[in-house]
Amino acid sequence: SALCLQWPYCRKRCSYCNFNTYVVPAVDEAAVRACLVREPHTLLRLSQVQSVTSVFFGGGTPSLASPHTIGVVLEAVAGAAHLPTGAEVTLEDNPSSASTLCLAGFRAAGVNRLSIGVQSLDDAELQLLGREHTAAEAQGAVEAAWRLFPGRTSIDLLFGLLGQSRGAWARGLEAALGLCDDHISLYQLTLERGMALAAQVWRGALPTPPQDLLADMYQTACAVLVAAGFRHYEVSNFARKGALSTHNLSYWRAEQYIGVGPGAHGRFVPRGEGGHSREARVQTLEPDAWMREVQSWGHGTRRRVALSLLEQLEEVLALGLRMDEGVTHERWGHFCPHLSLEAVFGAPGKAKDLQRQGWLVLDGSGLRCTSEGLALLDSLLPDLLCQLQ
Amino acid sequence: MALAGRTAMRWARLRSPCPAAAPLCLPPWLPAGPVACERLLLAAYDKEKLDMSTYPVESIRNFSIIAHVDHGKSTLADRLLEITGTIAKTDRNKQVLDKLQVERERGITVKAQSASLFYSHEGINYLLNLIDTPGHVDFSYEVSRSLSACQGVILVVDANEGIQAQTVANFYLAFEAQLAIIPVINKIDLKNADPERAEKQIEKLFDIPIDECVRISAKRGTNVEKVLQKVIEKIPPPPCNTADPLKALVFDSTFDHYRGVIANIALFGGEIQKGHKIVSAHTKKRYEVNEVGILTPNEQPTRKLYAGQVGYLIAGMKEVTEAQIGDTLFLYKQPVEPLPGFKSAKPMVFAGMYPVDQTEYNNLKSALERLTLNDSSVTVHRDSSLALGAGWRLGFLGLLHMEVFNQRLEQEYNMSVILTAPTVPYKAILSSAKLIKEYGKAEITIINPARFPDKLSVSEYLEPTVLGTIVTPHEYIGKIIALCQDRRAVQKDMLYIDEHRVMLKYLFPLNEIVVDFYDALKSLSSGYASFDYEDAGYQAADLIKMDILINGNPVEELATIIHNDKAYATGKFLCERLKDAIPRQLFEIAIQAAIGKKIIARETLKAYRKNVVAKCYGGDITRRMKLLKRQAEGKKLMRKIGNVEVPRDAFIRVLKRQTDK
Repeated sequence: SALCLQWPYCRKRCSYCNFNTYVVPAVDEAAVRACLVREPHTLLRLSQVQSVTSVFFGGGTPSLASPHTIGVVLEAVAGAAHLPTGAEVTLEDNPSSASTLCLAGFRAAGVNRLSIGVQSLDDAELQLLGREHTAAEAQGAVEAAWRLFPGRTSIDLLFGLLGQSRGAWARGLEAALGLCDDHISLYQLTLERGMALAAQVWRGALPTPPQDLLADMYQTACAVLVAAGFRHYEVSNFARKGALSTHNLSYWRAEQYIGVGPGAHGRFVPRGEGGHSREARVQTLEPDAWMREVQSWGHGTRRRVALSLLEQLEEVLALGLRMDEGVTHERWGHFCPHLSLEAVFGAPGKAKDLQRQGWLVLDGSGLRCTSEGLALLDSLLPDLLCQLQ
Repeated sequence: MALAGRTAMRWARLRSPCPAAAPLCLPPWLPAGPVACERLLLAAYDKEKLDMSTYPVESIRNFSIIAHVDHGKSTLADRLLEITGTIAKTDRNKQVLDKLQVERERGITVKAQSASLFYSHEGINYLLNLIDTPGHVDFSYEVSRSLSACQGVILVVDANEGIQAQTVANFYLAFEAQLAIIPVINKIDLKNADPERAEKQIEKLFDIPIDECVRISAKRGTNVEKVLQKVIEKIPPPPCNTADPLKALVFDSTFDHYRGVIANIALFGGEIQKGHKIVSAHTKKRYEVNEVGILTPNEQPTRKLYAGQVGYLIAGMKEVTEAQIGDTLFLYKQPVEPLPGFKSAKPMVFAGMYPVDQTEYNNLKSALERLTLNDSSVTVHRDSSLALGAGWRLGFLGLLHMEVFNQRLEQEYNMSVILTAPTVPYKAILSSAKLIKEYGKAEITIINPARFPDKLSVSEYLEPTVLGTIVTPHEYIGKIIALCQDRRAVQKDMLYIDEHRVMLKYLFPLNEIVVDFYDALKSLSSGYASFDYEDAGYQAADLIKMDILINGNPVEELATIIHNDKAYATGKFLCERLKDAIPRQLFEIAIQAAIGKKIIARETLKAYRKNVVAKCYGGDITRRMKLLKRQAEGKKLMRKIGNVEVPRDAFIRVLKRQTDK
């Protein structure tokens, strides 16, 4: 099982963020640490997971935690279940001088992969996004990172920024290519409720980029990265030399994962209490409340819902088709041994039409999107879900 | 609906069964004293208790309140009901006579209701029958049928807004029916009220002396008593006699699921009671009376009804068509000269209605049947279309009527339907002998664009026209004239009703005002101009049929008959609007307007090139799955034209949105 740990605090809230993050004057790190030690212990025992395949420190800004905290938490995880040496342990990091100084400490604590939120290499764009760093600082941070984590440093980039031109994006991408290691995540800026930026756009203060421009930017980026030897292995993720993120793959492959920390989500079978069905679980959102619950009961699970077979298959499909490998027969059979992919999507119907039209492929390895289909996945899914029913 | 409405009424009474203010004259079923409340409730079940013989013709007044929309008709009715003790006086009496949900939501009266009021004046107990009227131009037909049971009207004019188009139309309806007219200037409590101006307009336009106007505030109850006194003084008692043979006018009817048809009647002679055998002059059918009573405003059984009185009758009629509006009822073997009936409602707007899913056909059919039982002004013809399957072509009094009907289908019967573009009843004079033989006549009415006969077999097309009245502050005249010209209207009259207000009369082709004229007029006059219209016959017109194609497939809902001069502009407009209303899909979509095989407008909706959520990890995918599933469910309800999926409300949205010029 994969294990995801949420550090809920940030120094500042970015304008494009609507995650469950908190900016507080002072963090009681010892208390948070104690809870981040206790909750995985409880949940790992509940799931009866023998081996943790990957650990991911997300947030929030987990690099604001001290290396000591990260180290203690990892030791606790290793104490509660088997954590193989070499298992992927990723930490999300923001480019800032302070955390750069800690990088060696994080490595010593057991972190072996870094995901850096570069977002842009243009100072004006960074300002619009409400980031605290400059392009030069980002560059320094990435360089420092890959010296310590060679081949295991990933960077995040945003495109489709308000007012961003094709040219500006191409230049930004080129600069990123010159800087990056073997993994890049490219995200189209998506406005959602709760983002400061979205409020500005909806007020009419900022213009949104046209759909066609966004499609062009995405296509250009895919082409440039593939030409540079990257494998486009998920809608927004690119890797070369096999540097795929094991942790994230386990989400898309609908494997088990345990969420720890405020607002974390999990999907696992609670075998420890005799459960047999996969559950969707959410931890309490607000950090103080979450801590009180962990202190009282050992965990802060706020909601748990058993997923029906149909719901599980819907997730397998919606997540699996995001990957270049798609949903393999093996993966599908694991959830649904009595009804094959061919039986559901090979029969005449909407899915067959989509295959004929060149958006989908169903063959010996499984069901997957073509590269054209991948960019349109959200238009394909409703039809596929209809057919699944 | 009858059920829902009645339930609401009962609820309203149960909430506060005790009148807070002592009524001036107790209604006969309401005994004085502390037990009044319980007795009131019991009375509803204690049939045939009321004795109406104590109200001879001389003490009866039958009247309506007529007004432009929002001038306070329903508020005045509420006050009259309170003052006479018909309903309890509370702050919550709002639109008491408007029973339908849609009426309360839209603040309009759709279905006329009646109420009998008891009022003592100078030592005499009077029976005042208030016959409410609808307040929108679409329902003017209901106004005239309500007036046929009256001898007088209260004409309400807003002291702030003065005379409006509907005031004019309603005045003439009452004037032509030779009814006594009591002008009332309402809302005098408002800050900008200018009652003098309204009175001067009334004098100038209607030739009624200023001193006959009563200034009131229906909201506050100011001077409302005076209105009642005027009703007694100025409106003559109904001209009839109890000694004459029974002669009852059916002026409205409703349908009750348990009791069948409830006919609202006005007695122009004789008396009627349970057990009487009656005959319909229209159908010659015979019935036995089960129940008679008055409306207060819910049904209150009485022993008898006498000449001059207004009430209801239940006599085993199974369908509303049996209680034909305007019909005369008389006693078996005592035939009388029937009262002049009125023209049945003439539908002005037709539209096709189809179930979204053909499996819903029977449910929709029964909902339609039940709803039309209560709204006999809707005409229903079975229809079918290749694209939409089996359905109906419905005729409505106007677009608002159509919307209200549709809303009632949704609210009261939980049905959603596909509605086609509204069309007006065009006519064609056929020249082809073959077609004439087929139709059995040379002049045909076209209510479905799909049946529009080709130009080659037609010598002349005709379109319906209306005479429209517009009342507006003079600063908007320029814009309004331009709007009317754009709608192919011809000016017939222009009159200053005072220094600031103008009344314009225009002859309009009906189809030019059906959809959005009223909205356009309101928006360019900041809401100040008002509009009303009446039927004005047919005129020759150069008509063509325009189809809208989506990827080459005609959209049946949007096929329209249109004037040649308007085809290009309308075609372009519809294509542009459709482009905004249809979501992008996986392929390019051509939206075209065509006349025959000729394409006259085209818009292209480009294919989606990218539609995929950027970030999808172990976070909240539950919400995302819900959204996807909602989209999957939504797909099932989409209207498919070829392989293009169109949201069901897209077409009606396209038609309804007004041109921004």
